[in-house]
Amino acid sequence: METQRDGEAGGLLDVRGLTKVFGTLKACDAIDLTIDRGEIHALLGENGAGKSTFVKMLFGALEPAAGTIGWKGRQVTIPTPGAARRLGIGMVFQHFSLFEALTAAENIMLSLDEKAPIMQIAERARALSKTYGLPLDPFAHVGDLSVGERQRIEIIRCLLQKPDLIILDEPTSVLTPQEADKLFDTLETLRDEGKSILYISHRLEEVKRLCDRATVLRHGRVVAHCDPRQETAASLARMMVGNDVEAVSRPADAGGAHEALLEVSGLSRPAANPFAVPLREIRLTVRAGQVLGIAGVAGNGQGELFEALSGEALQEHAGVVRIRGMDCGRLSISGRRLLGAGFVPEERLGHGAAPHMRLSENLLLSRHATDGKSLLGPLGTVREGALTAAAERIVETMDVRMSGTDPEAAALSGGNLQKFIIGRELDRQPAVLIVNQPTWGVDAGAAARIRQALIDLARSGSAVLVISQDLDELFEISDAIAVMHDGRLSAPLPIAEASFEKVGLLMGGAAPGHTIDNALDNATEQA
Amino acid sequence: MMRLELVKRPQRSALFSAVSPLIALVLTVAAGAVMFSVLGKNPLDALYYYFIDPLRETWSLHELAVKAAPLILIAVGLSVCFLSNNWNIGAEGQFIAGAIAGGILPVVFPDFQNWSVLPLMMLMGVAGGAAYAAVPALLKARFNTNEILTSLMLVYVAQLFLDWLVRGPWRDPGGMNFPETRDFHAFAILPELLPSAGRAHWGIVFAVVAALVLWFVLRKTLKGFEIRVLGQSPRAGRFAGFSAPRMVVVAFLISGGLAGLAGISEVAGAIGQLQPSISPGYGFTAIIVAFLGRLNPLGIVAAGFVLALSYLGGEAAQISIGLSDKAARAFQGMLLFFVLGCDTLIHYRIRLAGRATARRREVAQNV
Amino acid sequence: MFESVLITIATAATPLLIAAIGELVVERSGVLNLGVEGMMIMGAVTGFGVAITTGSPWLGVFAAVLVGAAFSLLFGFLTLTLVTNQVATGLALTLLGLGISGMIGEAFIGMPGLKLGPIAIPVLSDLPYVGRFLFAQDPLFYISILLVAGVSYFLFYTRAGLTLRSVGDNHDSAHALGIRVVAVRYAAVAFGGACAGLAGAYLSLVYTPQWIENMTAGRGWIALALVVFASWRPWRVLAGAYLFGAVSIGQLHAQVIGVSIPSQFLSALPYLATIVVLVLISRNRRLTMVNTPSCLGRPFVPAR
Repeated sequence: METQRDGEAGGLLDVRGLTKVFGTLKACDAIDLTIDRGEIHALLGENGAGKSTFVKMLFGALEPAAGTIGWKGRQVTIPTPGAARRLGIGMVFQHFSLFEALTAAENIMLSLDEKAPIMQIAERARALSKTYGLPLDPFAHVGDLSVGERQRIEIIRCLLQKPDLIILDEPTSVLTPQEADKLFDTLETLRDEGKSILYISHRLEEVKRLCDRATVLRHGRVVAHCDPRQETAASLARMMVGNDVEAVSRPADAGGAHEALLEVSGLSRPAANPFAVPLREIRLTVRAGQVLGIAGVAGNGQGELFEALSGEALQEHAGVVRIRGMDCGRLSISGRRLLGAGFVPEERLGHGAAPHMRLSENLLLSRHATDGKSLLGPLGTVREGALTAAAERIVETMDVRMSGTDPEAAALSGGNLQKFIIGRELDRQPAVLIVNQPTWGVDAGAAARIRQALIDLARSGSAVLVISQDLDELFEISDAIAVMHDGRLSAPLPIAEASFEKVGLLMGGAAPGHTIDNALDNATEQA
Repeated sequence: MMRLELVKRPQRSALFSAVSPLIALVLTVAAGAVMFSVLGKNPLDALYYYFIDPLRETWSLHELAVKAAPLILIAVGLSVCFLSNNWNIGAEGQFIAGAIAGGILPVVFPDFQNWSVLPLMMLMGVAGGAAYAAVPALLKARFNTNEILTSLMLVYVAQLFLDWLVRGPWRDPGGMNFPETRDFHAFAILPELLPSAGRAHWGIVFAVVAALVLWFVLRKTLKGFEIRVLGQSPRAGRFAGFSAPRMVVVAFLISGGLAGLAGISEVAGAIGQLQPSISPGYGFTAIIVAFLGRLNPLGIVAAGFVLALSYLGGEAAQISIGLSDKAARAFQGMLLFFVLGCDTLIHYRIRLAGRATARRREVAQNV
Repeated sequence: MFESVLITIATAATPLLIAAIGELVVERSGVLNLGVEGMMIMGAVTGFGVAITTGSPWLGVFAAVLVGAAFSLLFGFLTLTLVTNQVATGLALTLLGLGISGMIGEAFIGMPGLKLGPIAIPVLSDLPYVGRFLFAQDPLFYISILLVAGVSYFLFYTRAGLTLRSVGDNHDSAHALGIRVVAVRYAAVAFGGACAGLAGAYLSLVYTPQWIENMTAGRGWIALALVVFASWRPWRVLAGAYLFGAVSIGQLHAQVIGVSIPSQFLSALPYLATIVVLVLISRNRRLTMVNTPSCLGRPFVPAR
């Protein structure tokens, strides 16, 4: 055993037939996967393919229904995350597993099995953060930190356990392109030290750049093991999705001076609570026929902006927000809907939809004010027939897949619920549509359908504002992109002039006062 | 070690939504039988006096209606509160406030006697209860103050205030210094429905009407939808354009008003005067009624009679077999426990995970 | 005079303090147990009953602690294992406790009780002004102060305390790290129940050594309010409890002296003070939001 363990250069992890079933759904179906020492291995697949379920089983957070896990030549069972750590498996979660009320050092301490004093842990964390170029203040409260800083805590916490295998779940989704580059450097350093990395992503370019081998999942099964460097982004995408995803088509804007349907000038909003970002002097205009994209790292005021625009939070002066030329800063969300605006929030369950209400009831949620005539009867009674008919219409138009008639919102998959929520607004042909993260956690087919629908709505004469963290998406659908950072919004870049690099720098907080070219120069100098 | 594991159902179970209150009742009766045995009583006897004996005669069915009326009135109001996620647990205080406000006319103005007295008393009772409930509601809406604690504190305040009234300024001048007000005059008495058969008064009619109206509102109207959305997911409610702070006030006013109506109906119907203690804890027992009725006004009507039976049964068992009437309170508490526990079955399947866990442990040790 | 007032304030404050410090630990773990009143009254009736049956007040105290903890585990089973609504279940625990204690206690009504006498610490208790207040008190007074110090140390200076706070802050993260969320919460709930039982025993063995039905008279609820007032910090609970002790003693003294305000109004003062204090605290949304354990009252069902 001993010789085998030390002697073999490769063969760190050898998973065979790993299976997990939720109810009737096979989230993971007999998955095989091997990782060698000193390898960066990509786990590819679109949303819902079973990637997260798979790694949770490796990390002891979920219990496999069948299959074996081989680790350093021996067969092991991983009943708890603690057991995974003791074996030498570390994990950096996608939705961070951090405690906001605690300091960075306390967060780190909680995941270490040894009982070292907090000062010693802080010191070690600081030293490690220097080694890998991941700046960190051990005594900062996590609640006060940006998402990028939080990820650094997760990574350092993981490295302090001296793992042989590090699992990273979609690590770049919260980073600017420049921050992502830095992370790749760190990961390459780790590989050179002989550590192995299981890298989960759906971003194909970065996988091609970083990873030595890839395993592709689709609907819970392995569809291919391959060398991503030998593949093209298109061939990888085909493996993930199973067929060619219809490219979204963006017909040219008809041009000319279109009417401004959404105008925001001098929108400021103090932080509503200690964890919120204040909005500062936001100014934007979206014209008929146009899609304006708003990029930015999560937690820079996008949610607050959405609430201010939707009327869930009112402005001090009516003129700050104008919809179709009408001052509406003091109007409630229903008032703004009556002016022709529609809204799709980021959180599907619990904000855009009430989880334990049926789809038809969820239709009433955003439509009772605008469609009172058709949906409501005398004495404020709800016309259930009209409601179910309207819900069925949306289900049909948007191709929402579900089991049974009129199920609860929580019973739908993320992609299908999102199609319903977007369809609920499109069904009204809104003059102004404001969408926050339209395809977050949605599978590729549904995402393409949603993006196309947004473009089509704009081209039919509406104004569409899309807030998204997904730069690929924004470049695919926007006519112009503005960037949010620390509660401020940059001037929009027409899509022809925008590049990942420019947008990325703005996302990282390049002061809007500087010209972008200057910032670019500085960046190259530093490099 | 055996361990219970919950497995989430994809949809709420319609079957268990209907039968979980019944399962809870059966379990409570079983637990009650054990409790009676421990107290050294024959459990069958005790159960008989609790649940059968009070149903045998017409007059005692009337008593049942007398006890059920305040429970149902308060509980349907509470259902609006609980569905909208407002935890009014001060209904006992609002009950007293309604009784005091409604009692102003017959006690302070005993010479004002005509047919308008009774309707005015009822209205003042509603207003009194609603006004008293408005205090925790406004504090929650305005300052985000925990309504559970404030509404409960106000119960003690109301009890002390009533105590002061009937011992002080409102004491019956011709009543030998007993702590009670003068008897209500004839125009201020809530009439009995069938005076020849028993004591049931109009309170039970108010209760059933209130239940029907609120059932309609909750089930069929946009307002009912608003109440449920704001209770289930406040953020989605705000997205719908509904105002949570306004709903706090509306829900408290409705439940306070109904508790106040229950209070004035009780003193104008069953008691006929104000005394230091006018409620055997109706305001708290109504919480149990509301949950046993699964927050559905029609279910609450049935649940109100069940809990009223436990009051009557408590008295019957005390008289017949010397069982403490305090046992009824213990009974009621157990019932709520079982109701809440059984409701878990609506959203989850329960699995005993003894063996699987043991096997996993074993393998883990082999590592 | 000054010192004897201090001592009476301490007797009014101690049961609030003990119950509140227990509930503080429960809430720090993310569980809201509104059944404090019920657990307290069970402690009171048990303490009284066991003390007069065995003749030992200490056995009474011990039994009250055990019963308080056992009673709280009933709440734990429902809310943690069956994931029922914590608010409703807490209310159920209170109603059940009031019911059962009334039933058990019926036999004790009017019986003379046993009193847990004060213990004077030599030398120190002779200190001027505060000697008797600080060092010649009943044993549960000392225990209450040790509890505050111990809880404070536990929460902020031990690994286990850090784990408990982490569970209250984000149970999903804690679960992802392999912390046994439900087990931690069971332990916290049992500790809260034990404290509430102890607080109840204080009432029936020190404060008024006899059994009176509903003798807790809302103190369990005031203890809950104290936890909010203290924004979940142990030493602030101590301050809050003594503030309330002063209010209730103040009104008692006023009644004795015969202030020309009806006694009922004076008796209502502690309850009204609770409301006023809650309003003052909750007006500052920032303060409450930062301090409230994020998972307070939220159900947790681990995926397996």
